[in-house]
Amino acid sequence: MNTVTNNTDFLLAIENLTVSFDGFKAVNDLNLYVDENEIHVIIGPNGAGKTTVLDLICGRTKATDGSIKFRNRELTEMREHEIVREGVGRKFQNPSIYEDLTVFENLEISFPRGRSVFGALAFKRDAEVIDRVHEIAAMVFLKELLDTQAAFLSHGQKQWLEIGMLLIQDPELLMLDEPVAGMSVSERKQTAKLLNEITKGRSVMVVEHDMKFVEDIAHRVTVLHQGKILSEGSMAKVQADPKVIDVYLGH
Amino acid sequence: MTNVKSFMARQDILALLILAAVLFVVMPMSMDIFRLNLFGKYLTYAFVAIGLVLCWGKGGILSLGQGVFFGLGGYCMAMYLKLESSTPEATAIQSTPGIPDFMDWNQITELPWFWEPFNSLTFTLVAILVVPALFAFVIGAAMFKRRVGGVYFAIITQAIAAILTILIIGQQGYTGGVNGITDLRTLKGWDIRTDEAKYILYYVNGALLIGVLVLCQFVLQSKLGRLLVALRDKEDRVRFSGYDVANFKIFVFCFAAVLSAIGGAMFTLQVGFMSPSFVGIVPSIEMVIFCAVGGRLSIFGAVYGTLLVNWAKTTFSETFPELWLFGLGALFIAVVLVFPNGLSGLYRSYLAPHVDRWIFRKPPAGGFTGAGPLDTPAFEPEPAARPAE
Ligand SMILES: Nc1ncnc2c1ncn2[C@@H]1O[C@H](COP(=O)(O)OP(=O)(O)O)[C@@H](O)[C@H]1O
Ligand SMILES: [Mg+2]
Repeated sequence: MNTVTNNTDFLLAIENLTVSFDGFKAVNDLNLYVDENEIHVIIGPNGAGKTTVLDLICGRTKATDGSIKFRNRELTEMREHEIVREGVGRKFQNPSIYEDLTVFENLEISFPRGRSVFGALAFKRDAEVIDRVHEIAAMVFLKELLDTQAAFLSHGQKQWLEIGMLLIQDPELLMLDEPVAGMSVSERKQTAKLLNEITKGRSVMVVEHDMKFVEDIAHRVTVLHQGKILSEGSMAKVQADPKVIDVYLGH
Repeated sequence: MTNVKSFMARQDILALLILAAVLFVVMPMSMDIFRLNLFGKYLTYAFVAIGLVLCWGKGGILSLGQGVFFGLGGYCMAMYLKLESSTPEATAIQSTPGIPDFMDWNQITELPWFWEPFNSLTFTLVAILVVPALFAFVIGAAMFKRRVGGVYFAIITQAIAAILTILIIGQQGYTGGVNGITDLRTLKGWDIRTDEAKYILYYVNGALLIGVLVLCQFVLQSKLGRLLVALRDKEDRVRFSGYDVANFKIFVFCFAAVLSAIGGAMFTLQVGFMSPSFVGIVPSIEMVIFCAVGGRLSIFGAVYGTLLVNWAKTTFSETFPELWLFGLGALFIAVVLVFPNGLSGLYRSYLAPHVDRWIFRKPPAGGFTGAGPLDTPAFEPEPAARPAE
């Protein structure tokens, strides 16, 4: 499929990646590359292994075989928080925020400073932190809600908050699992705009079902099916691929 | 904006002042030394309950084995005091004078090596803090690094409490067995059994408690305090925000262990003995109930909860000893089902708004205050988080 190289110019290079759950290969000998400043969308039917790929990259699931190189550094041997510190941020499929804390506190906790126990004890809410929280909150449409307890946000706002919590870490690779699931049409539009904005200077991997949304944002699309790549390329190319139409889009 | 901050700080200071007034003025003036000493004993459990607020209430780590750390602190103190009262002169009638009496009864003829350092008060004081911290560290590292949590962790801590109790009872010659270490008399020659000593120890205990509360307030107001709440809520999100989650759990577990040990040491000093009945499963669970009744999210609530439950225990078990355990069980169920945030939750919902109005002459702070739909207390919103109002 792709030529296998050892040191790549890609931001992220996944090669021969396999994970097997009790013999069932949820991801099967996968090769996938993400360029700098690229919005790379992964689509595919339910159970295709999309979430599992993100889990493998961020260290939540350990690979059975293969390699994941981020800036030519092997991620499969690192622990989750180390991968985050390398510059990989991951949003979960269900909004995963701290409901008992305010929007401000949610963002503040995600600010990449004072991540050790004693660092956290000594952490000061200084001007840098406050400015950054305000800046990110404005980006994710939550400026007016900084003081609101996160439990009281709408579903869409929770999704945005989680995206904001990742943005404040300024990751080089941002992975979003179904970011617009459960959002209203206008919220989807806002989110598409947001993604186009935040991709400046970073790469984004998005798992998504909503084809309209994918068309709006994708630079490149990978179609996953039974843990393998079915098709890859521009949205137009993928949509025209008979294999894809057969297993996925045709439904 | 600044007045919001001072308002929050003032509310905590108010809680602290009220508690200090209760501990240092109201209780000593309204009780004889016997009752005061009894309440001093209850207050030693409050150290455990406060630790549980941080560990369980905030961090979501339920330990059903805090009696272990209470006991470790208490036994360290008791070993020192026992050695001091086991001078060769005082124990001249023993077959081996100069060792604790229970050792002599168990045909032990030489002070065991691990008792030796407890001849030093400095060592003892350090050990009271370090031994439980190390033990908690080992347990915490073994459990949390392997991602053992929730119910499994609770069960394991309970098992450890049971094992330690069995060990203490079984090793009678080294530990005093089921009777514990009794007949403690002096601390550096100062007789701890006199009324005067009991008064002084009560005040020392109270001062330590206030100090611990201030320290906990500091921890809770730091980012670490908010991280604990975040951890309880969405552990994975914390992990994938670049934190090594296990380290935070180990820290708060060790911290709670050290607080419990301070309580245990003060218990030994005030009550004059230490025994395995404060180490095992039942006391460990009782301590969780003290914390739950007071409100597992409030360090001040935990103190009042401890006092209230223990006062009730003493009162009821004097009159209806056989009913007390049922009463305690019923109380726990009531707390869990009806008022999950205990006394402090009730205070926040019903009294705090009035207190804010009357004492601070301010409307309740904007945004989220008091108990919300999730019935969680307000996590002090800090001024910076507020847009200009
Ligand atoms: N931890 C796991 N253990 C066993 N099976 C799993 C695990 N995680 C995912 N799977 C299986 O792997 C397949 C791919 O799942 P997933 O990556 O969640 O699909 P999706 O493309 O819908 O996100 C599914 O069949 C799922 O049941
Ligand atoms: Mg999925």
